[in-house]
Amino acid sequence: MPARRIIPCLDVRNGRVVKGVRFRDHRDMGDIVAHAMRYRDEGADELVFYDISASPEGRTLDTGWVTRVSDVIDIPFAVAGGIRTRDQAAACLGAGADKVSVNSPALERPELIGELARDFGSQCVVLGVDTLAGASGYIVQRNSGDPEKIRATPRRTLDWIREAVERGAGEIVLNCMTRDGVREGFDIDHCREAAAAVSIPLVASGGAGAREHFRDVFRETEASGALAATVFHARTIAIPRLKEYLATCGIEMRR
Amino acid sequence: MSVAVIDIGYGNIGSIARAFEQLGAAVRRTADPAEIEAASHVVLPGVGAARHAMERLGSLGLADRLRGLNRPMLGICLGMQLLFESSEEGETPGLGLLPGTVRRIAPVPGLKVPHMGWSRLALRGDGIGLADGDYVFFAHSYFCPDGPATRAAADHGGVVPAVVERGNIVGVQFHPERSAAPGRRFLEAFLDR
Repeated sequence: MPARRIIPCLDVRNGRVVKGVRFRDHRDMGDIVAHAMRYRDEGADELVFYDISASPEGRTLDTGWVTRVSDVIDIPFAVAGGIRTRDQAAACLGAGADKVSVNSPALERPELIGELARDFGSQCVVLGVDTLAGASGYIVQRNSGDPEKIRATPRRTLDWIREAVERGAGEIVLNCMTRDGVREGFDIDHCREAAAAVSIPLVASGGAGAREHFRDVFRETEASGALAATVFHARTIAIPRLKEYLATCGIEMRR
Repeated sequence: MSVAVIDIGYGNIGSIARAFEQLGAAVRRTADPAEIEAASHVVLPGVGAARHAMERLGSLGLADRLRGLNRPMLGICLGMQLLFESSEEGETPGLGLLPGTVRRIAPVPGLKVPHMGWSRLALRGDGIGLADGDYVFFAHSYFCPDGPATRAAADHGGVVPAVVERGNIVGVQFHPERSAAPGRRFLEAFLDR
C-alpha cells in the first residue's frame, strides 16, 4: 500500500484562496500560486483546489490558474468546481490538473462519473461528497460552497459512494460538514465505515485541528489520505513536523 | 536535446512537457512522424484508455514507427503499458516491444484500486537516477508483467513493476513529473541517454 497522504485543501473563490468556518464567512487567504509553492516545499503529498464559487453560480472554473499551478509544482493536484461535462474536465486535465473532482454536478447527473471515467480513466475521477449526520444516518448535501443554496439531498452517503464506485469513480473525498473548520478531529466512525464500504481510495476531510487527529484517522480507519485547510494555512500544524510525528507513530509517510 | 512528446489528443501532456522544458530540453508536442523521428528523445505519455490509444497510434501511422525507433523512448503510465504485447484493458494488443500482458490489479479486501499515491521503490540494478527507497507517485489500475526488464518495483498487493528497460526503451508506471525530486532525477538521467 502507498504511504498515507497529507493533503492541504485550498478553497478558491474568484481566483483567490479563501477559508470559512462550517463553510461560511469566507476570508481571503492569499494568492493561489504562492500557496501551491509553499506546500510543495513543505512536503505536501498532493493538493486539492475547490473553486467553491463555481457550482452555485452555475459557471465553470477558469483554467488559467490551473496552468499557473501546474507549472510550479511537482506533486499531483486535483481541481474541483463546476465541472459538468467531459469537455470541461478535458480542459482542466489539459491545463495540467492530474485529477478532476466532481460533487454537485454528479448529484444532478450521476452519468457524468461514468463519462469521465471512460474517457480519462478512473484514476483521474474523484467524487467529492459533503456529508452531514441527520436523524437517521449520514445524508449527502449539495451546493455546499454557498450557505444560501446548500440543501440536503435524498441520498444516503454510503449508498452514494458505493454507486459512484460502480460508475467508475477512482477516489472519494469525504467532507464531514459538522466537523469542517471546527478542529475537534476527523469523524472517525463515519470515515471508517465509508472507507471500508468502497474498494477505491478514500480521503478523510473535515475537523483536523491537532496532529493527534491525523494519527487517529490513519490508525483507526483505512483512509488513504487526510485533507485539511485551516491548520495548514494558519501554520497551526507544520507539515514536515506532522509527517515526522506520524512516522514515529508507525504510520507510513513519504519524507 | 529535443524531446518529442507524443500528442494523440487525450490526457494531460502539458505537465510532462513542462517538466522536460524545465530541465532545459526543447519540447515538441506532436503526432507528426517526421517530428518524432527528428527528436533526440521520444516520450509516450499516459493517454486515456489502452484500446483507444492503440487505435489512435495506428490510425496516425505511429505504431510501426515507434516499434522501429532507434533512440531513447520513454513510456509513462499507460504509455509504459502500451510497450507490452497486450493489455486486458479493452482486450487490445500493444506495441509488443516487451513481452507479456498488462493486467488489472485484482481487488482484494483492504487493497485499494486504483493504486493511488506515493509508493516506495525497490531497485534491481541501475535505477536510472532513482535510489532504493525513493517514494514516487502512482495512479493506475492496471499493472505490467514482472520480468528481466524490471529495474525497480513497488508493492501493491504484489509486485508492481515501476521501471522497465530494454535496449533504447524505458517505461515507468509512476508519474515522474509529479514525483518531486526523485522524478526529476529520473527525467535527468533519461535525458542523459
